Amino acid sequence: MEAYTPVRVEDKLYTLRWKHDRTSHITITDPRTCADRCGDEWRRPCTTFCPAKVYEWDPAQARIVVAYENCVECTSCLVGCPYRVIDWRPPRGGFGIQYRYG
Amino acid sequence: MEKFDAIVVGAGPAGVAAAITMARAGLSVVVLERGEYPGAKNVMGGVLYGSMVADVVPEFWKQDAPIERVVVEERVWLATDDSALSVGLRSVHGVYHPDGCPNAFTVLRARWDRWFAQKAEEAGALLVPGTTVEDLLWQDGRVVGVRTGREEGDLYADVVVLCDGVNSALVQRAKLRDHPVEPHHLALGVKEVIGLPAEVIEARFNLERGQGVTIEIYGAVTRGMSGYGFVYTNHDSVSVGVGVLLSHLMRTRIPPYELLEGLKRHPLVRPLLAGGETWEYSAHAIPEGGLRAMPKLYGDGVLVAGDAAMMVNGLHREGSNLAMTAGRLAGETVVEAKRHKDTSARTLALYAAKLEESFVLQDLRKYRDLPELVERRPDLFATYTELANYAAHEMLTVDGLPKREKQRRIWREVVRRRPPWALVRDLYQVWKAIR
Repeated sequence: MEAYTPVRVEDKLYTLRWKHDRTSHITITDPRTCADRCGDEWRRPCTTFCPAKVYEWDPAQARIVVAYENCVECTSCLVGCPYRVIDWRPPRGGFGIQYRYG
Repeated sequence: MEKFDAIVVGAGPAGVAAAITMARAGLSVVVLERGEYPGAKNVMGGVLYGSMVADVVPEFWKQDAPIERVVVEERVWLATDDSALSVGLRSVHGVYHPDGCPNAFTVLRARWDRWFAQKAEEAGALLVPGTTVEDLLWQDGRVVGVRTGREEGDLYADVVVLCDGVNSALVQRAKLRDHPVEPHHLALGVKEVIGLPAEVIEARFNLERGQGVTIEIYGAVTRGMSGYGFVYTNHDSVSVGVGVLLSHLMRTRIPPYELLEGLKRHPLVRPLLAGGETWEYSAHAIPEGGLRAMPKLYGDGVLVAGDAAMMVNGLHREGSNLAMTAGRLAGETVVEAKRHKDTSARTLALYAAKLEESFVLQDLRKYRDLPELVERRPDLFATYTELANYAAHEMLTVDGLPKREKQRRIWREVVRRRPPWALVRDLYQVWKAIR
């Protein structure tokens, strides 16, 4: 087993089915916290623990970009954001991830 | 104004068990599910236990229940990067209970949950999928219904049973949790369902038709974090996954899908999956905080069951069975409360008493100190699996060295890694947490 195993999560997400809503069910309530505090103190853990790579740091814009369409609704970010600035709500009824096996 | 005897939020194991119990007793029950179908949002390893299902759907195994494979063998691997010390049990005894009910079997939740929810509909409950509950409705300090995402979507009931899963926002709204869920109270599980022909699975895992194996893998596969990997056989697929504490993922910054990929490429796992095709990737949080992290289980007009109430026994990979039993007991409590025409917290407290008498709270109480140890000491997983492998390796390598000398070597290595006082302390702490 290699110590570090590069893998494209996109290949895994490709196996999934969603019913996408037009608007995001995720908002960062205080983007300044991500830029000013989390980078130094926590190195923005949402960008690594999210199993669907919903959160990516954009250095040019100095903010987290949220790919809500990738969300598999595991709910980890509700608790894993050190400053609880991720406002995650369930997608509207019937929308979001649709596991066929689960 | 639409009013029911009971509203159940969530059509998972807890919610459906509650709904079946109440509907059979003649109560009017509505089950609200945010997925387009039950199971659309649900993930587990997944092993389910027959006796808790049978408590809700008697003789379910004689019906068309979507059982993947009946577990005939359980293996545990203590793994390093390139070896594993394996223990397990395979027996013809205990696979089925005396009445023919399978003890443990594998399921795929999207299939299982749909079937289970159908049993609730057959019992007379109204299932409404595609519906999110956004808030609770209150009157004079008690819960009297829910506000759904639908237009004119307020529904009223004497009791609302919250079975809306891990990180339930409604438990907070119901004022049943005063401390937030912390990262070390959650594990994050990631999994793939990998398709393989049934005959290939049976040959690879030494199985006959319909038989299944579970493998739990401790050690190197979690890369210094607390948790374990697993391989479970389904009918014509294999579920392979790994779960580790969220707090440890935050610290190590190892992406969970890389952890999963590492497990799949482990030299002992890879041959089991060879030639397979990934049907589906999935991920879900698992509430592992145990008894000390549980919310209050009842309030005026409201009950909580399943993942929403942190009912998971991580050591024994049990959760859905706790959820089913809790759901059933919640249902029984509502039936009795309705009979007494009192659904205040005073009467609904009966639910907590029933749970105390059942394995649910007794098991969670037994292991109440384990989550803290698992959070604090991820090194235990790595150190002792490595030492166990080293010792076995040394004793099984025949190279002319006398066995007594090999024993000395092993002890030297043990003491090098853990001095005797630390060894004794580790053992004592583990014993204290699981006794």
